[in-house]
Formats: sequence, C-alpha cells, structure tokens
Amino acid sequence: MAAARPTVSARPLSPHLSIWKWRVHMAVSILHRVTGNAMAFGGVVLFLWWLVAAATGPDAYATFYRVATGPVGIVVGVGLTWIFFQHMMNGIRHLVMDTGNALEIHASKTFAIATLAGSTLLTVLTWAAIFLTKGI
Amino acid sequence: MGTGTELGRVRGLGSAKSGVGHWWHQRVTAIGNLALMLWFVFSLVRLPALDYPTVILWLRQPVAAIPMLLLIVSVFYHFRLGVQVFIEDYLHEEGGKLAALLALNFYALGGAAAAVFCVFKIALGA
Repeated sequence: MAAARPTVSARPLSPHLSIWKWRVHMAVSILHRVTGNAMAFGGVVLFLWWLVAAATGPDAYATFYRVATGPVGIVVGVGLTWIFFQHMMNGIRHLVMDTGNALEIHASKTFAIATLAGSTLLTVLTWAAIFLTKGI
Repeated sequence: MGTGTELGRVRGLGSAKSGVGHWWHQRVTAIGNLALMLWFVFSLVRLPALDYPTVILWLRQPVAAIPMLLLIVSVFYHFRLGVQVFIEDYLHEEGGKLAALLALNFYALGGAAAAVFCVFKIALGA
C-alpha cells in the first residue's frame, strides 16, 4: 500500500513502552488478563473434563478423580483456585472503579494489594476446608 | 484498498457501534459469575465427598442443576467476551484475527453445549 504519508515532524515522542517500572496496580491489571485467559483455556477444559466424566459414568469419573487428587492435580487445583479468586477480587475492584471510585493512586494501589491478600487468604481457607473434610 | 480518497480508505475501519453492549454484558456476566462461582466453590467444599456417587446425587437436585446451567451460560459468555478483547488487542492482521475469533466462538459455544448437555444428562438421570 503506497499511500502518501504525512511528513514526519521532529516533535518528541512521549516515552512509553521502554520506560516504566513495576507498580502493584499495574501488576494486578496484567494478572487480570493472565488469570482470565488461564481460566478460559485451562480452567474451562478441566471443568469440562469433570462434567463429561461425571455424565459418562463411574469409570470415567474415577480416572478424573485419580488425576485430580494426585500430586499434580492438587498443585493445579490450588493454582486454579488462586487464579479464580485473584480474578474475582480484581473483578470486584474493576466494578468499583467502573462507578468512578477508587481511581486515585493511593486508593487504587491499596485496593490492588487487597486483591492479592484477599485471593491468597481465600485460597488458603478453601484448601484448608478441602483437606480437613475430604480426606484427600 | 489503497486507492481512492482518504475517507474511502478508512470507511469500515472504525467503531462497529457495539462497544457499549459488549462492555455492559461483560459487567452483567461478571456479577452473575461472582454469585454463581461462589455458590459453586462453596457447594463443592461443603459436599461430604467429591467422589462419583456424591457428585451425581448432588447434581440431580434442581437446586444444584439449575444454578449449574446458569453458571455455564454466564461463565462461558463472560470468557468469550474477555478473550475477544484479548485477541483484538494483540492480533492485528485481519485474517489471523478473524480465524482466532471464529475459533473462540466455536470453542465457547461448543464447550457450553457440552457442559449443558452433561448437566441435563446427570440431572434427568440417564
């Protein structure tokens, strides 16, 4: 496409992609996309495996159960639980920010840290309950 | 493309006028997911076991099967909207973007259909 381009002026470009530093509200924002996609592809496939196995019969479910309660299954399960709670907590943060609140740097940062603390706490509580009651 | 006036070249490349609907549906399903996923996690944790007989007996009850069906619709629609934005942000080549969006739609709809079928099969006691 040989379209005529406007002449490029010598005006300075705003520093962007190469000049930045990690901030918790930015990390949480990136994590929101990462956790969402992880669930859309990883979590959904495991959810479908669980449901299809349950609908298929005891043998298919036994295979799922053996993998899910094995060491790899537990690690994936704990990871997915944290991924879910992190997406959930930051999703709540987004819903609050959609109303025009908690957009200032201090509130945004505090709330971002709270999502990380909350998701970790909820993951620990969930798995403590599972280990204490399910005999896994 | 490439010839014609500047206006002619950009026509059809702008807003599709569907952004607000997308944004709103993402929020509606987010709130649906919040309620339904908390119900789901809480229900699984509260079950006496997670073996085959326990899970099947649980899902046969309307109070479990109906929220499960709602959860499937809300969650699959929500991730379909979210992954669409992800694709649109990072895939700029039109052919590849179209293929990825098609694959996403087939994946989301196919997965949801499979999940809904499984819930009905269990709930209606096959």
